[in-house]
Order: sequence, then structure tokens, then C-alpha cells
Amino acid sequence: MSTETIKEIVLPTRQESLREAYGEILAEIGQEDSRIVVLDADLSCSTKTATFAKKFPQRFFNMGVAEQDMVGTAAGLAIGGKIPFASTFAIFQTGRAWEQIRQAICYPKTNVKLVASHAGITVGEDGASHHCIEDLALMRVLPGMTVIVPADANETRGAIKAAVKYKGPVYIRLARDKFPVIYEKNHLFTIGKGDRLVEGGDAAIIATGLMVSAALEAAYALLKQGIEISVVNISTIKPLDKELIISLAAECGAIVSAEEHSYIGGLGSAVAEVLSEERPTPLIRIGMPDRYAFSGKPQQLLEYFGLTAANLEKAVKQVIKKKKL
Amino acid sequence: MIIAPDLISKLDKTARQLRIDVLKALANAGSGHTGGSLSAIEIITALYFNKMRHNPQNPQWEERDMFVLSKGHGAPAWYAALARCGYFPVEELQNLRKIDSRLQGHPYSRTTPGVEVSSGSLGQGLSIANGLALSHRLDGKTGKIYVLMGDGEMQEGQIWEAAMSAGHYKLDNICAIIDNNGLQIDGAVCNIMNVEPLDEKWRAFGWQVFKVNGHNFAELIQALNAASSVKGKPSLIIAQTVKGKGVSFMENKVQYHGMAPTSQELERALAELEGIN
Repeated sequence: MSTETIKEIVLPTRQESLREAYGEILAEIGQEDSRIVVLDADLSCSTKTATFAKKFPQRFFNMGVAEQDMVGTAAGLAIGGKIPFASTFAIFQTGRAWEQIRQAICYPKTNVKLVASHAGITVGEDGASHHCIEDLALMRVLPGMTVIVPADANETRGAIKAAVKYKGPVYIRLARDKFPVIYEKNHLFTIGKGDRLVEGGDAAIIATGLMVSAALEAAYALLKQGIEISVVNISTIKPLDKELIISLAAECGAIVSAEEHSYIGGLGSAVAEVLSEERPTPLIRIGMPDRYAFSGKPQQLLEYFGLTAANLEKAVKQVIKKKKL
Repeated sequence: MIIAPDLISKLDKTARQLRIDVLKALANAGSGHTGGSLSAIEIITALYFNKMRHNPQNPQWEERDMFVLSKGHGAPAWYAALARCGYFPVEELQNLRKIDSRLQGHPYSRTTPGVEVSSGSLGQGLSIANGLALSHRLDGKTGKIYVLMGDGEMQEGQIWEAAMSAGHYKLDNICAIIDNNGLQIDGAVCNIMNVEPLDEKWRAFGWQVFKVNGHNFAELIQALNAASSVKGKPSLIIAQTVKGKGVSFMENKVQYHGMAPTSQELERALAELEGIN
């Protein structure tokens, strides 16, 4: 690939909270659409649904520490014609209430939006009981579920707006920590479309969530070493942008997937499924190993488990070698 | 309030017809839940043929009352009532549980006319009913939400989460009913995992509780009417019922929880039911 076609790699310079963006956008669209109602399970100050609650107390329902009841109640509100957003921490939402999500939301195709915060290991100090490294697998396997992982606050805003317009079950994964800002303020989000942020033909990193900015950093470092890679943000894990993944495989011939989630069942698995059936291509999956983490600062945990730009850089070099086998 | 005797005898006739429909459909399906369908017949009859405001010709009528069958395995009884009300042809009951049928083994809102809430996994219906009740309240709709639960279902933790929510939000547009037939798959509810005292538990959760004979229309209708005028809290009717009610050899028999009648059993059951005049 000629250097002219390579997009300039712009590294993020500031950070913004996804959950705060969620709270703000909810309160904003709640003004325009009275069908929007919000439920929380005693974590509204953390998930930031409290911003909506303050503005629209009549349309906010705190369900207490009862995630299963919250999901069922959200389903009932949706059947009644509302557009419910239900929020709590990712592990309690997708783990504790999984069967309610299956029976009351996915099977009858109820128009409920589940927006979970505190996903991944960047929950940090609370420890493994509160880390959530399984939600993408748990949600992806449900027929009819749309699974979205925004890469920054602006993509979060776009995804929430898109979820309101889309009729059907949606799961949106947010995090505790601030993420580097990649997109412009009024970023238009299209469900099911991946976004190629950097073009390069030596390999491609397919990343989601926090790992998108790490992938940009890795691409920047690799470019300096003369290795030109593509970086793609797959923010919709399901339905997956298969075409983009297949064309990346065709162009680059080597792929690294990157996610702050178990390397089993999430983005890496979804990419592996497409590649093995459509275009077998060397793949290295970067994610949480098959184990629980522990308490620590988010950055310390990310480094311990290799969810860093440096490790992605290493993985790219490894996968390029596989390409030549 | 006195319930007119001719209304009672009309409802008794309907109940008998529904029992016949249920048994035929189950025998034809070759599987399904007989005991808990038969125990719920009078409750469902009282709702669909007397108490509930609904319009089979216009199922989406804004002012309708809504029904949630939280004990989804009682689907045959609900389907029979829906068919006899005119939501779909009675002949369709013979497709129960068959491939390509609109009548799934457990209620499914996307296929069955008149079914607005899917169920089958126990313990979830009351939460959904609460959501409907909150939605109605926001919209100023006057329709009531009826939800029928099983007594074995009281063992599900989510029921108590939902009981707490309905009490907390003072959902007086909810009327829940327990089909208290005393049996569950593995045996008597009191032996498997005792759920009593139900009345004290629900009262403690902020509900107005009524106790009735669940096979007596006068008592059922009186309680349903009383529940309609309760303000500021949800209502619960504990309906004392007999599992397998109406067929002598099925009554109080735990094995008929999840078993359909054989053709011989159907014949005997129909002889009993059709012999009543």
C-alpha cells in the first residue's frame, strides 16, 4: 500500500467519561421523546442515569438492588409502548438477569435498551466480583440481540440515539473509566457498521471499546518502524460487519483482535468465526485470558493482562510472521 | 353484592366447555400440563367471560384490561379461553404444541392472538405486569393488569422482588391471582419448599389480600370486583384450587402436572364432563 493512501494517525489528546455522556444524552433525548423511561438498580449515581432521574422523576424507576425484576419491569414498560433504558453494572445486568433478558426481552423481541456501565477490568479496585469479562459472550449468543461497545464518549452519544431509533433489544457496554476521545461531538452512529480509522496493508487490528485507542497508539508506533497496519473499530459486535472483516483479511492477510473482555466468546471469537468460514487468515486474539483478575488500579490491571498498545504492537509483529508461514 | 344465578350457571357452562377443550387439545398434543390448566379454569373464565374489559375484534383497544399468565404452563387453559372468546378459531386448539402452530407449548406473544406477554420460565410474569402497570399509569390508561401465578412459582426469588416493587410503587392497577392448587412437579408444595403463609407474606409486602375458593364464581367475581376498588396498593387474590379439577381421577394427582391424557383417559374424562347437565 502506498504511503499516500495511509490516513494520518491522529492520537487522542483528551479523555471523556462514557457513562457521563450516557447520562447527558439520555436527559437530552428524554426531552424530545416522552416514550423514553429509565430504570436503575440502585446504581444511578454510578451509571449516571441519575441525570435523567433529576430531570424526569416521573419517568425514572429505581428498582432497588433487584436486577431480574428491573429487566422484567423494563420489558413490561416496553410492551406498554415505552422505550425503556435499564442500567446497572455490566456483570449484574448480563449475569444476574441473563435469563430474564432471554425470556422477557430477546425471545419476544421487546424494545428494551440495556445500557451497562462498569464493564471490563477497568472497574479496577472493586475486584473480580465486579469486573465483567463475559458480557459480550452472554449477550452475543442471544438471538435478536444487538450488541454495541462504544469506543469513546461521542460514539456513546451516537449509539444511544441509534438505539432509540432502532426497534428491538439492544445491549450497550460502557465503562467506569474515562476513555480517550476519538470521534467528533456529533458522530453519527450506524448500527452494524465498522469504522476503519487507519489504513495499512501489513496487518489489521480489529478492536472494540477501550482497545480502539490502544490500537491507534500501536499503529502509530508501528508506522514509525515502517509497518503499516489498518485499525478498525468494531463497535457493533452483533450484527457483525462481516464484509469489512473479510475485506480486511483480503487486504492485510493478518489480523489481531483486541477487547477488554475474555478472549473467549467476544469480539475475537466473532472475528474468528467469520474468518474461519469465509477467509481463513492468521489471527491473534488479544483479550482477558481465561481467568479472573483482581483488585488494582485500572492501568495496572491493563498492563498485567497485556491490554496495552505495547502488547498489540507485539501481537501485530507475531501475526505478520504467521502470515509468511 | 349478589352475583346473579344465571350468570353463575352460564360461567359454569363455559368452564366445563373450556375443560373439554383443554383435555382434547392436550390429548391431541400428546404432552403438556393438564393439572395446572384444569385448576385455573374458573379463574380464567371469570376474567375473560366476566371481569376483564377486552375486545377480540380489536385486541389493541386502548382501554382494555390485560392478562399475564405468569404460570405459563397453564397455556392450554388460556388458549381455550382465547379461542372461545374469538381471538382465533376453536379448531386451532388442535394445533397446540405442533410444528408450525401459533399455539406454542408456553405462551408466545409473537404468534398467538390475544397473548401480549410471553411466559414459561416461572417467576417473571409479575415483574412484566408491573412494567405494564407503570406504563399505564404514565399514560393515564384505566385498564387493569391481571396476572395469574402458581403457588409453586412463589419459590422463585423474582416473585418477591416484584411483590416489593408493586407495593413500593403502589400499583393499584395490578391484580395478581395465585392458583393455589398445592402441588408442584415433585410433590406437595408444603413438602418440596413450603411457601405459606402466603397471605401474611403478601400483606407484609404492601398488598391487599383476598382469599377465595378458586372454583366458586360468586367468590371469584366478588373478590375481583373488590380488588378493582382498592386504592393505593396492589391486590392479590389467593384462589384455593384443586389440581386437575373437574376430572375425578386427575384431581389432586401430582402425576398430572406435566402429563397429557391418553386417548382412553380423555374418553373417561369427557364422559364425566359431558355427563354433567
